[in-house]
Amino acid sequence: MQAKTVNSNYKKLEQKSKYTNMFLRWFLYFVLILFASYFIFPLYVMIVTSLKTMEEIRQGTLLTWPSSLNFDSWLVAWGGRGYGAGDTFLRPYFWNSIKMVVPAVFFSTFIGAMTGYVLTKWRFKGDSWVFLFLLFGCFIPFQAILLPMARTLGALGISNSIIGLVVVHTVYGIPFTTLFFRNYYVSIPTELVKAARIDGAGFFKIFFKILLPISAPIIVVTVIWQFTQIWNDFLFGSTFSFGEAAPIQVALNNMVLSSTSVKEYNVDMASAIIAGIPTLIVYVLAGKYFIRGLTSGAVKG
Amino acid sequence: MKTLKIEELSKNFGTTEVLKKINLEIDEGNFLVLLGPSGCGKSTLLNIIAGLETINEGNVYIDDYNVSKVEPKDRNIAMVFQSYALYPSMNVKENMVFGLKQAKISKEKIEEQLTKVSSFLQVDELLNRKPSQLSGGQRQRVAIGRALVREPRIFLFDEPLSNLDAKLRVEMRREIKKLHQKLKTTVVYVTHDQTEAMSLGTKIAIMNHGVIQQNDSPENIYNKPSNTFVADFIGSPSMNLIKGKLKQSSDKIFFTAEGTNFDIPINNYDFNNTSQLDNKEVCFGIRPEHIHFKKSNEDDFEVNLRADLSEYIGHEQIMTFNYANQDLLAKFPSTIKIELNKETKLYFDLTQVSLFDANSEDRI
Repeated sequence: MQAKTVNSNYKKLEQKSKYTNMFLRWFLYFVLILFASYFIFPLYVMIVTSLKTMEEIRQGTLLTWPSSLNFDSWLVAWGGRGYGAGDTFLRPYFWNSIKMVVPAVFFSTFIGAMTGYVLTKWRFKGDSWVFLFLLFGCFIPFQAILLPMARTLGALGISNSIIGLVVVHTVYGIPFTTLFFRNYYVSIPTELVKAARIDGAGFFKIFFKILLPISAPIIVVTVIWQFTQIWNDFLFGSTFSFGEAAPIQVALNNMVLSSTSVKEYNVDMASAIIAGIPTLIVYVLAGKYFIRGLTSGAVKG
Repeated sequence: MKTLKIEELSKNFGTTEVLKKINLEIDEGNFLVLLGPSGCGKSTLLNIIAGLETINEGNVYIDDYNVSKVEPKDRNIAMVFQSYALYPSMNVKENMVFGLKQAKISKEKIEEQLTKVSSFLQVDELLNRKPSQLSGGQRQRVAIGRALVREPRIFLFDEPLSNLDAKLRVEMRREIKKLHQKLKTTVVYVTHDQTEAMSLGTKIAIMNHGVIQQNDSPENIYNKPSNTFVADFIGSPSMNLIKGKLKQSSDKIFFTAEGTNFDIPINNYDFNNTSQLDNKEVCFGIRPEHIHFKKSNEDDFEVNLRADLSEYIGHEQIMTFNYANQDLLAKFPSTIKIELNKETKLYFDLTQVSLFDANSEDRI
């Protein structure tokens, strides 16, 4: 008798917890979907608008679906209309950005790897101070160094040039890349370096033959970080370059703001998407490799 | 000619003195174990021999040649590390020949060395594998192989077995011993494990606080520890050290612990120095395995002690007795039954005792 009541009690409790769990699960989905749509909404508006004609934009609302897939505004954004003065389009600036971002990412990653290697595997007196000062670089607001940097670039004769921007981005990338590589190399046993020294390998050989081949995961992290930072940078680009030498983000700004007659929302939206695509590609390609790099690691026994 | 000679070597990191005036010599073919608790400077000493650490004072000689300022690769040494330190991106073969390639040795010679060593260590099946695909024991073997192909004058081992599990450790210990018996190369081996040290070494140097406490054969380290640190460090459980005084009357010498009414005769003890023994404060050292339950020697000293604690560990048992309010540990076969809290008759083997000065802690 006693046992029976206890048993039915358990059943009731079981039922109750089942309902509670179900409710919580649905609530969770609701919240997730809500936030997801909140984030996806601007992208939706951008894509939809870029595919409409100006006529459609004026008549419909933000959310209306385009009547046909019309890529004209994309072509205009990329290649211009073909008439002379005042026609701004992204193609030359896109290549400017590529010419800036590739060397800047390469050099800042390489120098960061070297610095991280020295700071962890070739410790010297005061090395922790060097690292600390490097870290300051991560916390200095970029606005603070605009003027001195402009003077420096002028003195070096590379202001308003892609090379100037490569230098600026490389220098300001080093604190971050060093931090990444230092933290990665700290976890790699120093005995590896000792063994290589006994085997007769020198400073560079140890770096290139032993440490670099196992650095894939952190290289990918650094490249993603640096690429996004440099590609999306507007401040340095707009300060240290103008006209022909400007990177894509500056050109995008010029295009959208310097409207001659009517605001062409469809072209603006297409341009904005084009300017954002390379970072997306880097995330998708490198992100995949990043996970592979992490799992295949196994440095220690 | 000494294969390795270390002379008045001192090393400090900043203000911390890690090694203090170390002197050490090894003859050709010896297996020297540097043994000590963590932080005693044994690994630093090994790194200095390898040339991976700089020296503050003193010199290191290999084959009578002063190598204090010679690069690690030119010292004719090879080292095996605790974490194996196999290059993760290279396969076993590349790992083993990396050093030879750096030394610009001819391809045929490298190939020959590789075949010889890999078949000797039975790793020839693994040559194309990456270190991450090897088991702990295999990695250990490859690490030894990498050292072997260099045909060094001296092998340096830095706690090579402490990353292995207990069973594998015993196996690999035997393999290293066999290896040394076959090759007869001089070895310097760092460990904190006394069993490893005793079973492998032909010489053991016990270190503490950057000083060599005793450098001797395993037998002498065990039987005639030169101070209380060595006595306490070697043996499990470690040597009983009972505080008391010496009494000398005519030609007889006795040891008496405080609060006991009996004297232990130690006439046959081999004193380093026989002067001023009367009333000297000493520690009477006797190992747990030299306290017997049955009289085995004519000279065994008989004593009645109360058993306080019994620890059963399978093949034997460790009993704790009360000796004038000091713990006295004894080791017996586990077949012997001893009742707790009762006086038990025990026999001290007086041929195996050690005496230490209570103040200087040195053997007397």
